[in-house]
Amino acid sequence: MTVIKVKNLKKSFGNLEVLKDINADIQEKEVVCVIGPSGSGKSTFLRCLNRLEAITGGSVTINGHDITDPKVDINKVRQNVGMVFQQFNLFPHKTVVENITLGPIKALSMNKEEAIKKAHELLAKVGLQEKAGSYPGELSGGQKQRVAIARALAMNPKIMLFDEPTSALDPEMVGDVLEVMKQLAKEGMTMVVVTHEMGFAREVGDRVIFMDGGYIVEENKPAELFGNPQHERTKAFLSKVL
Amino acid sequence: MDTIVNALPYLLKGLQVTLYIFIIAIILGFILGLIMALMRLAPLKILNWIAKIFIDAIRGTPFLVQLFFIYFGVNSLSWISFNSTTAGIITVAINAGAYFAEIIRAGIQSIDKGQAEAARSVGLTNVQTMRYIILPQAFRRMLPTITNQSIISLKDTSLLSIIGIADLTQQGEIQASATFEAFKIWLTVGIIYFIIIYLLSLLASFLERRFELR
Ligand SMILES: Nc1ncnc2c1ncn2[C@@H]1O[C@H](COP(=O)(O)OP(=O)(O)O)[C@@H](O)[C@H]1O
Ligand SMILES: [Mg+2]
Repeated sequence: MTVIKVKNLKKSFGNLEVLKDINADIQEKEVVCVIGPSGSGKSTFLRCLNRLEAITGGSVTINGHDITDPKVDINKVRQNVGMVFQQFNLFPHKTVVENITLGPIKALSMNKEEAIKKAHELLAKVGLQEKAGSYPGELSGGQKQRVAIARALAMNPKIMLFDEPTSALDPEMVGDVLEVMKQLAKEGMTMVVVTHEMGFAREVGDRVIFMDGGYIVEENKPAELFGNPQHERTKAFLSKVL
Repeated sequence: MDTIVNALPYLLKGLQVTLYIFIIAIILGFILGLIMALMRLAPLKILNWIAKIFIDAIRGTPFLVQLFFIYFGVNSLSWISFNSTTAGIITVAINAGAYFAEIIRAGIQSIDKGQAEAARSVGLTNVQTMRYIILPQAFRRMLPTITNQSIISLKDTSLLSIIGIADLTQQGEIQASATFEAFKIWLTVGIIYFIIIYLLSLLASFLERRFELR
């Protein structure tokens, strides 16, 4: 089943056309890794998938809802699409548990006890039970990012978007976060992951999309794309990062 | 010393009036400032303009002129009438409101936009995002500037004596001319203002330290 359908997606910031014509179908339970040089539009593409950026042209359909349709309740759509940011974006004035329960309580009207119980389960899942009462300022980068993942999961999303989730981390923290993501993938979460972790893309990805200059230049199974890239630009990029 | 002891009850009665006006005006001013700041940042152009004109008009004119405009000007309209205390409260509230509006606007804009994005991405509405994520963080950051403006507003209330409000300054004037001890009386009045402002800044730094722990 196609859960994300992107057709002729265009996105401009003023005169700068960042996404030129993006087409992609993402299936349920698929893990798609997006790679490409800095500034190629990877983040913008991801952010268009939950309308953190307004789309300039084309369409994005999530679970059958065209999210550009003004009649669609975008808050409802976003509840089904979890997002994890490079800079974590935890709420610094709220404890770890409050970070996780805010969405379920305010957006899903879940009762508080239930939300807290769920938060503790999710913290156990990402290995941070003992940090429930801490503030984000007291956590390391890797711990923050795992809390951010738990926060997104608390909404029971059908899809998870990751924008370079390990790029802001010290190298020794990267493994813990990737481990949590691998586990999610194993459980069948549909994931779109912008990443520089080629090892992760190769191991966990079902498909790798290479973006450059606002286009999808090439996409394929990881083994194919890494082993036998078809386009010059893909080859040039891979030769720099592998 | 006798002069001061005899004058003190009157001065403290004046202080009561000063604090009464200050507290009501600062609360109203804060609410007004918050509304104006949100209007200033609203997507609707007309709201931006109304807020901007209000803020610029107040910040671009002297406090005394505002006071006279409200007490003598607005009050002279046939369909409206209020006493000097009300005029005083309105003026201090409007004046503080304009400055608060700019402080709050700057505070809101100083919060990283990733915060709003994270809140929206867990399904919060714009209003919920403002209420639970942006404003609480912005207020913590704004506390020192808000304290400053509140202290300025407290000092501004002394100008209200000009329209006959029996505040601390007015009582000082009465006592000074009744006792012919201007030096002692005005020194006492100054010390009373100083103590109140000192307590206000103590309260503010207590609040700041409380929030900083997070
Ligand atoms: N909000 C914005 N306003 C203007 N330009 C932007 C904005 N966001 C991104 N861009 C520009 O769009 C291009 C692609 O950015 P981005 O999607 O972040 O690339 P990537 O994630 O692949 O590094 C860059 O040139 C960037 O400067
Ligand atoms: Mg990026």
